[in-house]
Amino acid sequence: MEAVIVEPKLTAKDFVTDQEVRWCPGCGDYSIIKQVQTVMPELGIPREQIVFVSGIGCSSRFPYYMETFGMHSIHGRAAAIASGLKAARPDLSVWIVSGDGDSLSIGGNHLIHLLRRNFNVNLLMFNNEIYGLTKGQYSPASPMGTVSKSSPMGSVDFPFNPAALSLGANGTFVARSMDRDPIHLREVLKRANAHKGTSMVEIYQNCNVFNDGAFEVFTEKGTKKLNTLMVEQNKPLIFGEQGEKGIKLDGFKPVVVNLADVSANDLWIHDETDQVKANMLVRFFNKPGEENALPRPFGVFYTEQRFCYEDALAAQISETIAAKGKGDLDALISGRNTWTIN
Amino acid sequence: MAATTEIKTDVVILFAGDSGDGIQLTGTQFTTTAALYGNDISTFPNFPAEIRAPQGTIAGVSGFQLHFGSHEIYTAGDASDVLVVMNAAALKANLRQLKAGGIIIANTDGFDAKNLKLAKYPDGVNPLRDSSLEKFKVYEIDVTKITRTALDGSGLGTKEMDRSKNMFVLGFIYWMYNRKLDNSIEFLKEQFKKRPDLIEANTKVLKAGFNYGDTVEAPMARFEVKPAPVEKGTYRSIMGNQAAAIGLIAAAEKSGLPLFLGTYPITPASDILHELAKYKNFGIKTFQAEDEIAAITSSIGAAFGGSLAVTTSSGPGIALKGEAIGLALMLELPLVVVNIQRGGPSTGLPTKTEQADLMQALYGRNGEAPVPVVAAYSPSDCFYTAFEACKIAVEFMTPVFFLSDGYIANGAEPWKFPAAADMPEIKIQYAKNELKEGELYKPYKRNEKLSRPWAVPGTKGLEHRIGGIEKENETGNISYDPENHELMVKLRQAKVDGIANYIPLQTIDNGNAKGKLLVLGWGSTYGSIKTAVKEAIAEGYDVSHAQVKYLNPFPKNLSEMLSNFEYILIPEINNGQLIKVIRDKYFVDAKGLNKIQGLPFTSREIKNKIIEILKG
Ligand SMILES: Cc1ncc(C[n+]2csc(CCOP(=O)(O)OP(=O)(O)O)c2C)c(N)n1
Ligand code: SF4
Ligand SMILES: [Mg+2]
Repeated sequence: MEAVIVEPKLTAKDFVTDQEVRWCPGCGDYSIIKQVQTVMPELGIPREQIVFVSGIGCSSRFPYYMETFGMHSIHGRAAAIASGLKAARPDLSVWIVSGDGDSLSIGGNHLIHLLRRNFNVNLLMFNNEIYGLTKGQYSPASPMGTVSKSSPMGSVDFPFNPAALSLGANGTFVARSMDRDPIHLREVLKRANAHKGTSMVEIYQNCNVFNDGAFEVFTEKGTKKLNTLMVEQNKPLIFGEQGEKGIKLDGFKPVVVNLADVSANDLWIHDETDQVKANMLVRFFNKPGEENALPRPFGVFYTEQRFCYEDALAAQISETIAAKGKGDLDALISGRNTWTIN
Repeated sequence: MAATTEIKTDVVILFAGDSGDGIQLTGTQFTTTAALYGNDISTFPNFPAEIRAPQGTIAGVSGFQLHFGSHEIYTAGDASDVLVVMNAAALKANLRQLKAGGIIIANTDGFDAKNLKLAKYPDGVNPLRDSSLEKFKVYEIDVTKITRTALDGSGLGTKEMDRSKNMFVLGFIYWMYNRKLDNSIEFLKEQFKKRPDLIEANTKVLKAGFNYGDTVEAPMARFEVKPAPVEKGTYRSIMGNQAAAIGLIAAAEKSGLPLFLGTYPITPASDILHELAKYKNFGIKTFQAEDEIAAITSSIGAAFGGSLAVTTSSGPGIALKGEAIGLALMLELPLVVVNIQRGGPSTGLPTKTEQADLMQALYGRNGEAPVPVVAAYSPSDCFYTAFEACKIAVEFMTPVFFLSDGYIANGAEPWKFPAAADMPEIKIQYAKNELKEGELYKPYKRNEKLSRPWAVPGTKGLEHRIGGIEKENETGNISYDPENHELMVKLRQAKVDGIANYIPLQTIDNGNAKGKLLVLGWGSTYGSIKTAVKEAIAEGYDVSHAQVKYLNPFPKNLSEMLSNFEYILIPEINNGQLIKVIRDKYFVDAKGLNKIQGLPFTSREIKNKIIEILKG
């Protein structure tokens, strides 16, 4: 990162504001903010260089609790605000905090354009598969059949898969983590910060009031190991109670195998720079318990080095200044054709 | 043949033809030549709504009207003295606009059976061959044929030859008005730098047009329009959108702020983006966003980061920006919102002019959301008004509306431009870290203008959070306290109202400060009102003219000014908007004059109303 190292060293506490946190007791947001505040001092960025921008939603209250610069804006627009901020101020460390409704529904357009432009910002998408703040309507991330206030007979909306959507929009960093795995989340946050480009981190977050347990098969001890796949660079895809299962590619088809039956060399080795494999990986999106269900992956799925919009914009400006010299206001006002009346 | 030369004080020429006929170029060339000669001038291009409407049809007619004179000129003219038509459709579309006794210069090649049919003349009817044009003087010239003859042996194909037709017309008009060709020849050299053959061909045709006047075997009138007694100084020609763009850059330079434009293309505002995108060497960042909402919100992000942020659009785009304007107002960040108005509602008349977004600017948001509004009244005034909008935005930390419209945005006039040094400095009040140990920064502590200092990220110790939720006075923390909300609403209103203490008083543009009738205008109606009032005064009517530039807040003396007149007339290119505000605020029984045809007022329309009121 472009930032300077500060001293004396900050601690997580230095990132806590005097504002009373207003999320419901037990909300997954608490864990997420704790991990963010814990990671912040390790990044070595001065607080005044950090900006948190959010939209509207429970999750979007986040900036009020971060002792940095912050803006709590309007529903869905955080990505666009952050784009302008980063274009104007490439020196700042910009973090977007947004809910699944905020970024996939009303802000869906800004999300895909942010990803393709690849501003060097971090996007934390708090996915609780529900509209929390408006008290429990299904969201574009809610699985079909979700029973909610606005879908008492089950939703008939086919959901987005945020990671696949982000890859489709040419995101250069796509990852998934969860509120209930602090160590994993902190690692992913650090990776996101280190990546130059838009880092999309989908975070499964439990809304214990309106959608309790939406992710419990992935987050709770009894079921987690069998249903999740923690991917690591250059490591084979292995999961299961004792790590007894793996993923193998059968042609272009990922299949679950027992390690006992195959050699470790035959397993799918995770390579986050491989776009083709990343596209397959993000599409591991089965409903847990479905027949032949693939486990839900977590970790960094894809990274790519691609120029950032703000750098290209700044480069064009410096090149023009180098070629034409700095603009002269008088010459601009007078233009090239003038005449004088005496 | 010898031609007589008649002296004229002012002339209106309307060039019309297919969009491919080079009409706009012909018009702008004549404009610069006339301006260089010292005439005062005002122009108005009239583009077809479709980019490539079928050739020869009425829908495809492009027009360029110019009004130049030996006295001051304020509008592009009510009706034309000369109508140049490249085809039958151009004649049909514009004949209405020609004065009785006016001159028609018709390219006969554009009146063949095919063109007549495309222009929907009944079978067998050719207006050049019947008596329908009896009231006018018609000069028929086979421009196509003469152009091709002139270029015989040039090695150019017929298609390329035909592209020079407009140069023949231009040359001929130069002859008619006794103008030199130098300026246009210089232009051709620059334009076709890489094609010497085209420089030669176009210059040849231009000269052929000029010589035609002298050699043709028919008496044709020549005219002289002497230079206007315009103020001494150095001038340039300027279009409204160009002026607005330069005004924004000037404000950035004068405030020391980097300029950021977040925008989404829309007619007739896009030219501001096109202009600003050129000037990267001023450090300008232009961001063509995915939609108008991203356009304005990216600008809000840039403003938070310390830029002079601007977003440009027209009515439909402004509608999309509504929620975000409210956000900027709550955040109390500077932002200039440019609305180049066009005919509405909905998509309306994209290429036509209207002033129907005043209410939208004043009231078009949820909640109590006052936003300062300024409106430019002429092409060159767009420079000063855009500058002023920026100044108010940063000095009062507020979004500001800059209103212009299609008429002045695309219209041009000579401009005695200022020196950069003559423009005022714009002073920014930044928040400084003067906190004592343990003291928290209060982002909403206000200064004497009720404005909050700008606390830009990167300033150590000033970390703070702002948002669209109602905030506690001074601290900016979220607050749902009932009294606090009322206080904040009143404070935001008082801040905007207080701008009246810092803007110039309203002046009378023409006429007495006290009298029978005051014509009160805003925006692009200026030129037509000015001309009408000037004529009416000369004829002995007791009438005055004032043009309001500051529409929110109004100048402090406006109320008093209105009370000095028996009648108030408010002409608007809408169904009556300023009039509602004036009636509401000052309880005066103002009368309206409204035109909603996508066209500016003619000065005649305004003058007739003045006379009707004063005689009635
Ligand atoms: C323009 C606009 N439309 C609707 C709303 C109402 N609204 C506020 S938050 C929200 C959805 C929040 O869901 P999500 O983004 O998933 O955030 P969560 O509360 O679940 O964290 C809605 C519909 C609003 N504030 N603004
Ligand atoms: S409603 Fe749900 S998401 Fe919102 S704070 Fe409560 S638990 Fe968290
Ligand atoms: Mg949600």
